[in-house]
Amino acid sequence: MTDLSASSFVRQDLVAERAAPAKTTGFIGFVRTRLLNSPGNILLTILGLLLAWYIVVPTVKFLLVDAVWTGKERTACLAEKAGHEVGACWPYIQAKLTQLVYGFYPEAQRWRVNLTYGLGAALLLPLLMPRLPAKGINSGLFFFAFPVVAFFVLHGGGIAGFGVSWTAGLLQLFEQSIGGAGDLLVNLSKSSAIAPLPWALGKVLVLVGLLIHWLIFPLTWLRDQLQLSSLPVWGDFLVTAAIVSAVLFVLGGGMRTGGRALIGSLLTFAGIAVGIKLMGLDRGGFPIVDTRLWGGLLVTLVIAITGIVASMPIGIALALGRRSSIPLIRIFSIAFIEFWRGVPLITVLFFATYMLPLFVPGNFAVDGLLRALIGVAIFTGAYMAEVIRGGLAAVARGQAEAASALGLSWWKTTSLIVLPQALRYVIPGIVNSFISLFKDTSLVSIVALFDLLGSLRASFSDPNWSTPTTAFTGFAFAGMIYFVFCFGMSRYSLFVEHRLNAHRRH
Amino acid sequence: MSIAPRKPPLQFALRLKRALGGKTGWNGLAAQIGFAAILAWIAYEIVANARTNLETQHIASGFGFLNYNAGFDVNQSLIAYNNSDTYWRVFFVGLLNTILVSVIGIVFATVIGFVVALCRLSPNWLLSRIGGIYVEIVRNLPVLFQILFWYLAVLAALPAPRQSISIFSTFFLNNRGLIVPLPVSEPGLYPFLVALVVGIVVALGLRHHARRALFQRGQMIRIWPYLLGCLLGLPLVSMLVFGWPLKFELPQLKGFNFAGGARVIPEFVALTVALSTYTAAFIAEIVRAGVMSVHKGQMEAGSSLGLSRAATLRLIVVPQAMRVIVPPLTSQYLNLTKNSSLAVAIGYPDLVSVFAGTAVSQTGQAIEIIAMTMGVYLLLSLTTSALMSVYGWRINRSMAA
Repeated sequence: MTDLSASSFVRQDLVAERAAPAKTTGFIGFVRTRLLNSPGNILLTILGLLLAWYIVVPTVKFLLVDAVWTGKERTACLAEKAGHEVGACWPYIQAKLTQLVYGFYPEAQRWRVNLTYGLGAALLLPLLMPRLPAKGINSGLFFFAFPVVAFFVLHGGGIAGFGVSWTAGLLQLFEQSIGGAGDLLVNLSKSSAIAPLPWALGKVLVLVGLLIHWLIFPLTWLRDQLQLSSLPVWGDFLVTAAIVSAVLFVLGGGMRTGGRALIGSLLTFAGIAVGIKLMGLDRGGFPIVDTRLWGGLLVTLVIAITGIVASMPIGIALALGRRSSIPLIRIFSIAFIEFWRGVPLITVLFFATYMLPLFVPGNFAVDGLLRALIGVAIFTGAYMAEVIRGGLAAVARGQAEAASALGLSWWKTTSLIVLPQALRYVIPGIVNSFISLFKDTSLVSIVALFDLLGSLRASFSDPNWSTPTTAFTGFAFAGMIYFVFCFGMSRYSLFVEHRLNAHRRH
Repeated sequence: MSIAPRKPPLQFALRLKRALGGKTGWNGLAAQIGFAAILAWIAYEIVANARTNLETQHIASGFGFLNYNAGFDVNQSLIAYNNSDTYWRVFFVGLLNTILVSVIGIVFATVIGFVVALCRLSPNWLLSRIGGIYVEIVRNLPVLFQILFWYLAVLAALPAPRQSISIFSTFFLNNRGLIVPLPVSEPGLYPFLVALVVGIVVALGLRHHARRALFQRGQMIRIWPYLLGCLLGLPLVSMLVFGWPLKFELPQLKGFNFAGGARVIPEFVALTVALSTYTAAFIAEIVRAGVMSVHKGQMEAGSSLGLSRAATLRLIVVPQAMRVIVPPLTSQYLNLTKNSSLAVAIGYPDLVSVFAGTAVSQTGQAIEIIAMTMGVYLLLSLTTSALMSVYGWRINRSMAA
């Protein structure tokens, strides 16, 4: 016993408590681990605090503390009058707000702009919420109906005919162009060494033109009859509705399965009829507001939304073309995409403003806003094509093979199997290119359109409001608008990405 | 007697079909012919309309105008230019100005971008937040907005020359631009440059020699004292022998303006600041993504092999991150170059501004001039993407090996 107790040590008292481990949670722990954990980091924290102090304090001081909130003209924003150092001059924004939002849109007609904003928001917001149903109808309304309605509401004016007249007019233009080219070739052959070739080609073209002329004769005749009737628009509308519905009925499978297509078509036409009636398009519509009077946020949004709506089909077509196995179409798509992606947007806008009017017939004046829209749509379409191509590449090859094995045609495989999956994959990418599109709309101010930035710049030159802080105030205001839109979109893109990757998270 | 394999049947028709129509065969051929016809028709319409429109508007066509007198002044040019020079000269003046602002912008953007990326990657919470806020704010505002902000708000708010903001009494910032010391060459310049070039060449040769010794014989040679001697010693010796290579002419306030020194026009300052801060935000995100794409295990493996932290970063992490960083970084450089065309908004005389802007309004020959301008940018971006595909191909090859 004594041996044992002597050889082994038995502690008689408690070990002294060790100090608690350094706290790593809560605010104190956070400060300790993320801000002050080493001398270097302490230095960096102090630096960061100094930096934040020298940026945040003057900004807050400028925007809120020293700001002038009320006043009628520039003297309110001068230091002598205010009696203190003057920050932002908010009365200037108040005075210029309508110009920044509507441009020179006539005051009595501004409800039309508001109506369009409201309509767009009412259609867009449900589209952005993944939970809400009826995405098909919703996107159809937003991407097809809304641009047309917005055009007639914002620009005004009515229609003189409908489907029949428009188709007949277009086909007639085509026929004249073909015939003109044929005549030109025949004339050219008189002074050419290889006369027979252009002569024969010219004759063929003339013949084709003649053939088209007789083929479309029933259509032109119908148009002339309709234009003579007492209600040309409604007559034309009814005939178009009847023809389109009948064609869809037959294509949809006749008596067996065509009912669905027929009802859909009739409902669509009923919707169009309601639209025409509501806006009074058959009686001249709203008074026309020239696009030169549009300005501010209105132009920014019009260009952004049109760019978004128009670039999608262009992008999808080009992306499919680039993956096509038909050599000419593939080469054309690659060249088209690479060309527009390789040049800066401003040269594209110059191209659209100065070159495009030379390329269309002289009697066909292209509106300034429309030119910019065409440039933006082509440019964004090329970028969109690359985004969508990424999505197409991400769809497993087995999907298309399975569809072929089921006997689906290329069109059905693409539209029902591949594209829906591909577009789902690239929603974040699409939203990102919309963000850059929205930022790029500011470039139209260089080609003499007054978007938000252009209106802002124009408002600086108003002598009634020239104060030392006017420019900073204006940039602060416009910057907030741009930031809210772009930041909102980028957060939305993150949200969608998160949702799409839900199955990959653990 | 061996049995030679029978030759595959020639299948001439099938091959023709394949060559002409791709996988879709004769249908594809028909589609191509239809497509070509449509393209030809559009091309015909464009040419015919352009010809009649040019005739009715009395605009000449062709590139003859390039030899005419331009007759306007340009407020910054790297080559000698006056208003009796030709449009060719204007083209090159604009091109050089574009290149100048792009190169300087790229240098600043890279530096700022890497600094912001380091901030964002820093374990220090405050610093990474500041980096994040910088990136979010700058990325979400249009670049034209930022250019105009710097030009119309910040630079316009600067004081007049007499009250210039002075930085160490060598740089002066006022509303007429940035006044910097002007380097003037001295007789010692050429020997200095020669010594510098010789030093660099010798240093590269030494490094090559040392690497070969290391890889082939496993022999470590200590070369850094010699490197230092070559790179710093040689130019120093040349300076001691031949005197200073450059003398800086300091700007001095005389009356209402500065005498001496060189003036950087405010348009250039605004454009460079805006472009480099804007692109830096994107570069910061690219660098951060590149560094984060390297797996943590790589760092751990490096330290388990006994490499120091610096050596792990230099030999293991950075090379792998660079593979991810370089392609998008190049496309950002290209974007900066393309965005430099926004100079036209503030009147910096770049290619678009003087050539596609002033020259078009003077001659009216929009087609030729805008095509030339687009061609320059197109050439630049196609060259870059070709280089990038070579780079990607080399990376793939080295990964496969």
